[in-house]
Amino acid sequence: FMDIKLFDLNNDASLVIDIPDALCERDKVKFTVHTKTTLSSFQKPEYSVQRQHEDFIWLHDTIVETEEYAGLIIPPAPPKPDFEGPREKMHKLGEGESSMTKEEYAKMKQELEAEYLAVFKKTVQVHEVFLQRLSSHPMFRKDRNFQIFLEYDQDLTVRRKNAKEMFGGFFKNMVKSADEVLISGVKEVDEFFEQEKNFLLDYSSKIKDATAKAEKMTRSHKNVADDYNHISGALNNIAADNNTAFKKHLEKCAEVFEKLRVSISKVEDRMASDQELKLTELLRYYTRDIQAAKDLLYRRARALADYENSNKALDKARLKGKDVAQAEENQKQCLQKFDKLSESGKKELTSFKARRVVAFRKNLIEMTELEIKHAKNSVSLLQGSIEVLKSN
Amino acid sequence: MSGGCGRNPPPFPDDEDQERAELDTQVLDSDEDDEDDEGEDIFTGARSKAITPTSAPDEGDIFSEEGSYVRSDVHHTTNGLHSDEELDLFTEATVELTLTNTTSQGRREIIGPTVSACNTTHVPNSILKPSIVTKTMEELKEEESGDQFELNIAVTNPEKIGDGMNAYMSYKVSTQTTLPMFLNKTFSVRRRFSDFLGLYEKISAKHSLVVGKEFLMLTLVGKEDSSSAEFVEKRRAALERYLQRVVAHPSLLQDPDVREFLERDELPRAVNTQALSGPGLLKMINRVSDAVNKMTIKINESDNWFESKLQEVENEEQLLRRLHAAVDSLVNHRKELCSNTVVFSKSVAMLGSVEENSALSRALSQLAEVEDKMEQLHQQQAFSDFFILAELLADYVRLLGAVRCCFEQRMKVWQRLQEAQSTLQKKREAEAKLLWANKPEKLQQAKDDINEWESKVSQYERDFERVTCTVRKEVLRFEKEKARDFKQHIVKYLESLLHTQHRLVKCWEAFLPEAKAIA
Repeated sequence: FMDIKLFDLNNDASLVIDIPDALCERDKVKFTVHTKTTLSSFQKPEYSVQRQHEDFIWLHDTIVETEEYAGLIIPPAPPKPDFEGPREKMHKLGEGESSMTKEEYAKMKQELEAEYLAVFKKTVQVHEVFLQRLSSHPMFRKDRNFQIFLEYDQDLTVRRKNAKEMFGGFFKNMVKSADEVLISGVKEVDEFFEQEKNFLLDYSSKIKDATAKAEKMTRSHKNVADDYNHISGALNNIAADNNTAFKKHLEKCAEVFEKLRVSISKVEDRMASDQELKLTELLRYYTRDIQAAKDLLYRRARALADYENSNKALDKARLKGKDVAQAEENQKQCLQKFDKLSESGKKELTSFKARRVVAFRKNLIEMTELEIKHAKNSVSLLQGSIEVLKSN
Repeated sequence: MSGGCGRNPPPFPDDEDQERAELDTQVLDSDEDDEDDEGEDIFTGARSKAITPTSAPDEGDIFSEEGSYVRSDVHHTTNGLHSDEELDLFTEATVELTLTNTTSQGRREIIGPTVSACNTTHVPNSILKPSIVTKTMEELKEEESGDQFELNIAVTNPEKIGDGMNAYMSYKVSTQTTLPMFLNKTFSVRRRFSDFLGLYEKISAKHSLVVGKEFLMLTLVGKEDSSSAEFVEKRRAALERYLQRVVAHPSLLQDPDVREFLERDELPRAVNTQALSGPGLLKMINRVSDAVNKMTIKINESDNWFESKLQEVENEEQLLRRLHAAVDSLVNHRKELCSNTVVFSKSVAMLGSVEENSALSRALSQLAEVEDKMEQLHQQQAFSDFFILAELLADYVRLLGAVRCCFEQRMKVWQRLQEAQSTLQKKREAEAKLLWANKPEKLQQAKDDINEWESKVSQYERDFERVTCTVRKEVLRFEKEKARDFKQHIVKYLESLLHTQHRLVKCWEAFLPEAKAIA
């Protein structure tokens, strides 16, 4: 759902990354990160390494902590792989095994495995996109740690531990707790940033809310699909069971009821999944991305605060007649930093707008087309089933 | 003895599809009754549309939604067997009218008169099986009037009468029929809940072996909030289903109490209906079911049929219970989906309102509207889930219990026969003893006793055979109706799903250009 073509380095074959493969062992997912590059900074033209989710987080955090990137929107870290949903259902299925037929159990198991696979695919995608955003950004793609991430053929665990000790996540934590207050407290001279600030603060809370509500809605939808699965299974049992009075009357219906399992429950399930993938996932991603944009504003606001403090310090120094040169130098640097952040921030935020609109457009269209396709499919299957039942 | 299955056990009617009477449907008389402006609409059986629980379905097609969800239990009279009375009622029927058919528009057709069952001297190898004819609206209109009669019943217009403690809900019971036994073709009366209970009380004693007379509404009494619109709708639909089932049975339709209920303007107030409602009856039905489960007596060779039939019934009950549980879950989850969708829709609208890109902003508010429409669709679908599927299943689980009660009744007749036979045996032994002890003055008494019990035994034998015949016939009739009812409801449900999916397609297709317009 990220239209990479939007970036400055579109379709740039100089650095191409994908995650072709992933292994799931209990809780841990091991991603195979595959890189193809023509850049001279890399030692080989092609790499394939194993990375865990924690490695991605490490990479993200080191980039956040890097002063140089303060004026950039840092691509949000991929969320932790969450197999809780299907795992819980598997558990429930296991408990209820005794109360259903072998066939029913096998079918439900199949459905669950498909669900598991869907979660799996989603997490692979979101990790992949993270890397691709880095690779297509002129600054990030040159990052040393990024290169290590792609190249280093050993386990990154040791490096990760060292990094934590070095940075301690100070900057990251600071941002999370204070951004709203600081950002809104800034006396903004620049019209652009004033607007951005207001927009981002408002949008951020609304998109968070929309994401949560979308998640709830999707879950209900999936429950309904599940119920249909049970229902058509039970209907099938009734029609196919030899020891009922129904058997004489509903013989030909068993086939239809089995087909209904496909037409109703599978379609409902796909409708729910596609809505989740295209809409809920979109909202989720942009909630994180908006946060990254806010972080940028925050850093700029801090830089502004630093600059204002340095002004005050300079005045004081001049008054006292002491350390004036130092204070002047400090002030100059603060201003430089602030200007740099403002300039790059403006660029980043502008392309962010465009990126967001395009992503929404693409996903809304795709979702709508899929929903239409599924509903039409359901219509023809239902019509067929109704005809068969009526003709009997 | 009028009618009867003869002395020989009747042959097993394996082939239920004997004698399909080819009968035509009479075209619905389009003359409206003056009292009913909505008559035409009510009875044309237009395409069923979802009726939301909050609106009284006093316009449009009141036949489109049959029945409603009733979580209740069967009350089966355990007055014992009024064998003579009820068997007479069965077997005297020379005009057998059966309402078995519900078209997809919710009509019920009567097919009759046809050959009567259990003729006086024949072994009933010509047990009447109702013809099942499903016809479309078009076919109905094309066919000529023949022997077929129609009877459509609807329960509508719940109205609160009175205030405070004495307030009650009154329902309009409308009948449209071409049956000659009714005074008019179209008529309606107002009835209250206790009237229905009163009807049930009257007919349940007379027709203890009929499956379908059961008043399946016990748990609707008292427990739920009786003023909520949903409750009223549930009850209205349940009452409708009750009446439709009653008139679907040939013998019940013949019962003058039923006719009176439908026709008579003012009914005497039914008293003592309190005793019929409440958890007491629930207990009673459970007790009866347990007793049937403990049946272990094997009677005679025809018992194989009953034994395996009982197995079938029990098995089916289990399956239906499971299905019902699944549908119940669906109803609840769909309700959740409704509320979550509404909430989401509002949230998306908010998001759209702060979106700075105007095309995207517009698209998002359109999306919010689409989700709103979705929610309405889900609501209507939930309604169908419930009223078409869930309540059908609940009814049939109960009705299967009623079938088991019929078996129980037969067992009781058997036991009575057994007891009479053993008493007869004792009397014979007593006579023998007297002969041996040479007490001639008591001999006459003993001989009288023996005669009395001999005739009782032969009476009970006939009773038993008759009950066996009746129960078997009733079970088969019920099974056929159940299967058809089941299938028709499934079709109706699928049609509701189809309708929803169609609307879904339209909603999304309307949204697509909006999404594409984002720039």
